[in-house]
Amino acid sequence: MSTHPLAGVIAALARLISGVQVQWVDSEPDTRQAVYFANHSSHLDFVVLWSSLPFEVRALTRPVAAQDYWSAGLRKALAVNVFRAVLVARHTATCETQQEPADPHLAIEAMREGMGEHESLILFPEGTRGTGDEVAAFKSGLYYLCQQRPGLRLVPAYLNNLNRILPKGEVLPVPFLSRLTFGPAMTLEAGESKPAFLARAREAVCRLKDL
Amino acid sequence: MKNLDPQLVWAFSGVLGLLTISSLIGWIIRLAVKKPEAQATIRNLNARIGAWWVMSAIFGLTIVLGQAGSLVLFGLMSLLALREYVTLLPTRRADHHTLFWAFFIITPLQYVLIGIHWYGMFAILIPVYAFLFVPTRLAIAGDTELFLERASTIQWGLMVCIYCLSYAPALLMLQIPGYAPDAKLLLYLVLVDQLSDVLQYVWGKLLGKHKIAPLVSPNKTWEGFIGGVATATLIGSALWWMTPFRPWAAAVVSLAITLMGFAGGLTMSAIKRDRGVKDYGTLIKGHGGILDRMDSMCFAAPVFFHIVRYFYVR
Repeated sequence: MSTHPLAGVIAALARLISGVQVQWVDSEPDTRQAVYFANHSSHLDFVVLWSSLPFEVRALTRPVAAQDYWSAGLRKALAVNVFRAVLVARHTATCETQQEPADPHLAIEAMREGMGEHESLILFPEGTRGTGDEVAAFKSGLYYLCQQRPGLRLVPAYLNNLNRILPKGEVLPVPFLSRLTFGPAMTLEAGESKPAFLARAREAVCRLKDL
Repeated sequence: MKNLDPQLVWAFSGVLGLLTISSLIGWIIRLAVKKPEAQATIRNLNARIGAWWVMSAIFGLTIVLGQAGSLVLFGLMSLLALREYVTLLPTRRADHHTLFWAFFIITPLQYVLIGIHWYGMFAILIPVYAFLFVPTRLAIAGDTELFLERASTIQWGLMVCIYCLSYAPALLMLQIPGYAPDAKLLLYLVLVDQLSDVLQYVWGKLLGKHKIAPLVSPNKTWEGFIGGVATATLIGSALWWMTPFRPWAAAVVSLAITLMGFAGGLTMSAIKRDRGVKDYGTLIKGHGGILDRMDSMCFAAPVFFHIVRYFYVR
């Protein structure tokens, strides 16, 4: 499996502008199937995370992107053709209501299909970009996906400062130095409740912030 | 590529010799010293020497490429330095556009002005125009929280990382009677300034006892300072043949470079201590970031430029 040439170019640019310093804490990159999940505050999040993976891992790793945002025009070309994004439906952008998407099973099904037996996913369980100050509560997708794929490895990651480089609502980036920290893989434990699991997953991301 | 000035070739051969000797010494120390507590310092020393090879090669290449090469190199270093600097600032969301201007409009413009030899505008673009522009743009953005702090830290970053550093390649626009306008003065500044840093480090490691400002920079000692400044000034005087200066003038100028370099190192350290970081970045192995390496240059370059311009440009 090889990656789109444009993906490599975009990844190199993202690394250049973000000067990202990557560290793996109690974990190391490998090609086994996993879901990489991280905090979300910038359009650069996915590209920087993806470009920080070793080449052979990159080729097997696809982002999960919101269908409502990424399924038209240039965005679609970029997401689907260049980065092979798995598009999933999320409920429309009013996050205040805290309601679950109408049919979460469709989204889970798309992710399950998208990763097949060997491929990994990059997922931002907050569901939308935040301000970068705090990590919002995680949506349930991660939990349902793990229920369907017992033993699935989940690799937490924390992206630092990318919200300063390209905050929500801006098109032009400003260079800041950024950091990306990967933590040890975790799995859904037998009998673990949905709120407990989602809180534990969120904590796994947050604790990487200052490492 | 034009024919190289023989004096440039001599100076570079000297650098090459110094690097070779340093690498040999580093290698011998690694083999000879087995004390476990010294290993971290020795590893860092050898990483530093390795990085010096790379930096010298890059700098040598840009000098061969002439003024355009120096402008591109220092322009990139300015951008990288500014990036390291703003990363430590408590910037707010509303600063985004101002910072975009700082990186992608003001910085390139400053270097273009040097390229077209427009001294009058080069000297005031940042102290006058950018100084007034930054608070105006921030006011338009509408966020008044910590307004003066945000405006002045951005102005300060522009002054140090862009304006002061750009004085180094600006040396190439000085027309000195009877002195070929090429990169020799720039090389001279870089040599004296960087050797002063290195020699202060070496003297400090060998003899350092009495700390100058322990809270600001725990590695700076009086022994390192005096030894480094004295030896770098001596070397600077001995290199008078590649400058328009007489030997005694070269000594005075070198002293000014080393003292300003020290001031730069100390000041930029104070910022690091305030922000609770050890280094500005990780770009240069063993040294830290660009700002950790160029802190002395930021302070020495403008003073050196103006000394030369005042006394030697007619």
